[in-house]
Amino acid sequence: MKFTHLAASLVASISLTAVAAQAADITYVSGAVGNAVEDFKTIVAPWEEATGHTVTLVPMPASTTDQFGQYRLWLAAGTSDIDVYQTDVIWAPQLAEHFVDLSEVAADLATEHFPSIIESQTVNGKLVALPIFTDAPALYYRTDLLEKHGADVPTTWEELTETAQMIQDAERAEGNDDLWGFVWQGNAYEGLTCNALEWVKSFGGGQIVEPDGSISINNENAIAAIELAASWPGTISPDGVLAYQEEEARGVWQTGNAVFMRNWPYAYSLGNGDDSAVKGLFGVTTLPTGGGNDTSAATLGGWNVAVSRYSENQEAAISLAMYLAGAEAQKTRTLLASNLPTIVSLYDDADIASEQPIIPQWKDVFLQAVPRPSAPTKTAYNEVSSLFWSAVHDTLSGNGSAAENLEILEADLQDVMGDGWE
Amino acid sequence: MTTEATNPPHTAARSGMSELKRQRVRAAMWFLVPMLAALAIVAAWPLARTIWFGFTDTTLNNLYGGEFIGFENYLTWRELSSGAIRWRGILADPSWWNAVWNTVYFAVISVFFETVFGMIVALVLNAEFKGRGLVRAAILIPWAIPTIVSARMWGWMLNDQFGILNDIFLNLGLISQKIAWTASADTAMTAILIVDIWKTTPFMALLILAGLQMVPRDIYEASRIDGVHPVKVFFRITLPLIRPAIMVAVIFRTLDALRIFDLVYVLTPNSAATKTMSVIARENLIDFNKFGYGSAQSTLLFLLITAFVALYIWLGRVNLSGETER
Repeated sequence: MKFTHLAASLVASISLTAVAAQAADITYVSGAVGNAVEDFKTIVAPWEEATGHTVTLVPMPASTTDQFGQYRLWLAAGTSDIDVYQTDVIWAPQLAEHFVDLSEVAADLATEHFPSIIESQTVNGKLVALPIFTDAPALYYRTDLLEKHGADVPTTWEELTETAQMIQDAERAEGNDDLWGFVWQGNAYEGLTCNALEWVKSFGGGQIVEPDGSISINNENAIAAIELAASWPGTISPDGVLAYQEEEARGVWQTGNAVFMRNWPYAYSLGNGDDSAVKGLFGVTTLPTGGGNDTSAATLGGWNVAVSRYSENQEAAISLAMYLAGAEAQKTRTLLASNLPTIVSLYDDADIASEQPIIPQWKDVFLQAVPRPSAPTKTAYNEVSSLFWSAVHDTLSGNGSAAENLEILEADLQDVMGDGWE
Repeated sequence: MTTEATNPPHTAARSGMSELKRQRVRAAMWFLVPMLAALAIVAAWPLARTIWFGFTDTTLNNLYGGEFIGFENYLTWRELSSGAIRWRGILADPSWWNAVWNTVYFAVISVFFETVFGMIVALVLNAEFKGRGLVRAAILIPWAIPTIVSARMWGWMLNDQFGILNDIFLNLGLISQKIAWTASADTAMTAILIVDIWKTTPFMALLILAGLQMVPRDIYEASRIDGVHPVKVFFRITLPLIRPAIMVAVIFRTLDALRIFDLVYVLTPNSAATKTMSVIARENLIDFNKFGYGSAQSTLLFLLITAFVALYIWLGRVNLSGETER
């Protein structure tokens, strides 16, 4: 009797340790921009060592729209192949039901983050994803070119247009034929929604759909903002900007062929890389304002980690998510890739301040961040965003005026809204 | 007496033959069963599902919870508070009709050029010359490259800043400034057409070449002895004889062109200038979570392709059954 008891407990303890020691292989899926794949290996290495688990990264296209389409299919099919998803800040309401609720396990960790970001990932009290870095775009400018032509860093979009034109003309007269004034993201995709939201908001034209759910896009300031932007392609920006995403814009910028660029923080450390033609020749500042309005706007971006409800290694997956959202991983990521941390205390970190001096400065940009209307429009956000970027892309390509297109957009948005966002 | 004696064996022989035939039919049916079952699983069932989804308000988050809503995805109306009536649904959606136009335009232009170029290439390859086998294999390369790869490749070649095409044209003095091929609404469709024609001409050439090789050589010999002009030989002899082959090739290509998706999706921005029916259906199915609406669009695409093929077969009186029409 005693013996069987002993044997049973022995067997139980052996199997327990066996389970605990069993190493899981976690599959992590994420868009790959710049050096994301190599950086990720460095960031997860300490976690792999501490837990004995391994992580396989599945790289996806850089376009967030493409990623979303694939993830939605996987999640709708309930696949267990992917354990952890890197999700865009705008996806939480649309994918909430497929992810594990992290509000209890991350109760302590969540308090270290910016409350507004945690809030953006909370849907009906469920914490859908944990933030790993935030993103707010800024204006990149070439210090050498501005100095050479005696120009100041522009603070309004009107000034930017003038300065860009002036430097572009002067440089081209000197034979620098490939130089452009300003590059940004004009392809018809989520990135154009971000760009155009900044123009509209910084002109005082609202944020497409206001937090209370009302549609505000058809107004004088928004029209003026988009009209100004429509004057760029073919003048200070290449015509091809209408097909550019982040990487195409960075391509023109990093080969030294642009005076200004609107881009996310990741372009900062890449621009200072050894293979960059603009290394040490540029600065960053907040995006300009316009139309007499005095606050600028930067679209709130950022990425989060969410654990799939269909994962077969949920425990290990949650542990990985917690690690990636924690201070250690965020610090490594910031030092490697100049991504903005979401943990408040890291902005005062000494190592970060000395190695990435730009990060504390970025706090100013971040404070002016404006969220895309993903919260008020709920599951219809993608359609709203697509209608918006289509209307803007049409205007930029000279297909109708801003006033006409925004009026149609307003009617279309009302159709999508119906009796209310749901 | 004689009639009585001959009749029974006669009927016996007849019923025996029909018995054999019945057996053959039964055997044939059994051989067909696996294929029919496979078709039902991979073609008929998904098609029926899609058509059914088109009549529901299914979303991708809840695939089995859709409710039947009749033709609301296709056409419905809503009375505004002002009393005005607003039509909704695919048939009242300008972006859908724009996509239909883009698709049909693309299909007509691309298939036309592919047929002409394919014919030229096939005629060249049909001639006797040294290294013909090698050239025949080499010309198939564009067709063998996966569409995504060739779309990416052309994407870089057509890039406005770093693209090789702009560089060549600039140096040759054909253009005065760099053209944003895939970005500008005026050239985006042309860019897609160029890539598609480049990619699919070999396929066309191969099918037409097969037709050309069926043409008996002695007809050409006879016409040469009679001193008929080569152009006349082409239009009076070659073309009529390979017409069935061209017809089949054109049907294949039209079916393919009407459901064009990958090139448009990879090569050009997601703008109204190039969106085709497949692209817009995918957008609704997946990006917008409107699975029912997207399914209804897919159903319409299916109907349109069916209508096109039916019309084409009827117009061309194509005999697809394989029996000779004389």
